[in-house]
Amino acid sequence: MSLTHYLVLSGILFSIGAATVLLRRNAIIVFMGVELMLNASNLALVTFSRLHGNLTGQVMAFFVMVVAAAEVVVGLAIIVSIFRTRKSASVDDINLLKS
Amino acid sequence: MIFNAPDIAWAQLTPVLFPLGAAVIGVLVEAFAPRAARRPTQLALSLLALLGSIVSVGLLWPDVRDTGGTEVLGGSMLVDGPTLVLQAVIALLALLAVLIAADRTSTGEDAFAPQAASVPGSGYEESARRAGLQQTEVFPLMLFATGGMMIFPATGDLLTLFVALEVLSLPLYLLTGMARRRRLLSQEASMKYFLLGAFASALLLFGIVLLYGYSGSLRYSDIAAAVTTTTGMDGLLLVGALLVLIGLLFKVGAVPFHSWTPDVYQGAPTPITGFMAACTKVAAFGALLRVFYTVLPGMRWDLEPMMWTVAIATMVVGTVIALVQTDVKRVLAYSSIAHAGFVLTGVIALAQSGITAVLFYLLAYGAATVGAFGIVSLVRERATAEVPEAARASLGVAVAAGVLPAGSDTTTGADPVDDADAPVLGEATDLSQWAGLGRTHPVLATTFALFLLSFAGIPLTAGFTGKFAVFSAAVDGGAWPLALIGVLASAAAAFFYVRLIVLMFFTSPQGGPLSDADADATTRPRTVVVVSQGYAVAAIAVCAVLTVLLGVLPGPVLDAIAEVAVFLP
Repeated sequence: MSLTHYLVLSGILFSIGAATVLLRRNAIIVFMGVELMLNASNLALVTFSRLHGNLTGQVMAFFVMVVAAAEVVVGLAIIVSIFRTRKSASVDDINLLKS
Repeated sequence: MIFNAPDIAWAQLTPVLFPLGAAVIGVLVEAFAPRAARRPTQLALSLLALLGSIVSVGLLWPDVRDTGGTEVLGGSMLVDGPTLVLQAVIALLALLAVLIAADRTSTGEDAFAPQAASVPGSGYEESARRAGLQQTEVFPLMLFATGGMMIFPATGDLLTLFVALEVLSLPLYLLTGMARRRRLLSQEASMKYFLLGAFASALLLFGIVLLYGYSGSLRYSDIAAAVTTTTGMDGLLLVGALLVLIGLLFKVGAVPFHSWTPDVYQGAPTPITGFMAACTKVAAFGALLRVFYTVLPGMRWDLEPMMWTVAIATMVVGTVIALVQTDVKRVLAYSSIAHAGFVLTGVIALAQSGITAVLFYLLAYGAATVGAFGIVSLVRERATAEVPEAARASLGVAVAAGVLPAGSDTTTGADPVDDADAPVLGEATDLSQWAGLGRTHPVLATTFALFLLSFAGIPLTAGFTGKFAVFSAAVDGGAWPLALIGVLASAAAAFFYVRLIVLMFFTSPQGGPLSDADADATTRPRTVVVVSQGYAVAAIAVCAVLTVLLGVLPGPVLDAIAEVAVFLP
């Protein structure tokens, strides 16, 4: 199987993630979309690393994992605090700030 | 296998090490110091760290001026002239923002929730408030964000760029949600900022991946070399560059990636809004400048249509929408979007004078922004009638939740009493509440007017010099249509700054030209100005002095910046 297939898969995963962020209404699901985008990037990084024959991409992938974990901590804290206040995690319900 | 210890030039890293080191110590202070000692310790630690940063930039300056700068950490960070200028500006603005955030004013309460984890309006929150708890974690969080901001424009590879972006963003997401009053708005702003920010950094990351796929390296210099030599993968390069630019433009708050700006600026605690508006913008423009000038100049013709569109849209949209805002924080938010457009004209210029102009503009804009939000944080509203103690605490929440229309009172039907003992509530952000402030508090209103004039770019203020420098750089770089639109947008923008000044000085507090103020002017909470503990006043004074000095005598600063404004390749 050619390495290009992995890149195509990564592109598809990234698009699914982006579509999830833009279309879904539950903050947790939206956040999962972001995580999917990050992991699609990881797949592409590792593939490119193999293509180019250097390790830079794999090192970057490790950093992305750590950053994603930190993002989960902060993101879930914010979503949980909103959920406890409003008993809802829908992004449509948070509409107090309007121009 | 032999392990070679990397050679690290610690001296060049000191400006960054100060805030990050102090932030780590601050976390330990939170864990081990007794509660009463935390606030003074954290405050002293933060101020010393930021002062240390500024001093170490000063010590590095002569060397960098003579040699042009060095690569540190194996090229991951580039300590050159623009880096030092940006780090000094960020440290200075962060120092002022920390002072404003530390001010507890005459109400004895700072701008942050007593317990950010408590549910708004709950008994737990009320008891935390009575116990006088406070979240001193704010200071380490601000320091972490400052550290990330200082690394962001100094990065020499895309990996460091991504990590620095997250280090500066994650604390800001949290700080945004920690307002003491109107907590629902604050939490909502935090969530919006987080979801959109995470989305933008995922886009940036995919752009980095594509650039890596194109060039086989994350290093700026290698990518710049590959842009001119590699052929046949233009798709990867173009999409990658666009995604990276989108990620950076999001942080800058440029149209069409600006939609978070007004909401987040309005919802966040006001001192944090000032911090974000000034320092994030400085850091993001620094990174954008470096990417645009050192990585992508070979793609100038491909990227120009997009950058021109973004710059024009940013200037026009920011100015036009600011005209119809009725909330002072939203006015300043849209004005900051318009300013992002003005700075972009200098970035797009791709001329040597553009670097100097952008760096100077960022300093001028940042000083006025921190000062203006500092003043907003002092202008509060006061409940108009006797409000039961329990209702006082929840009033802010109720107004925020839309249960009560803003400005109404819990005890409906009661006559408003101008009671000096009535509790001071949140900031009086509605424009009508600022009417007549120039008569009751002339010094404060005059200082605010000074910042507004600087935003508007009136001569003898820093904003004028900045705008002049940026627009002339744009003309130098052949982007005269951008400069023309910029000048027109500035003229239109001056209208709403002047409108605010007229409102403060030439309108009576009981209403006046603003029609919606007439109907309920008597039931509206009274506007009061709380007395600062001294920190905020000192910070605002420094901002005002900077704004005037940079307007009257910009020469020495411009020359000093121009001397070092060369990027390491």
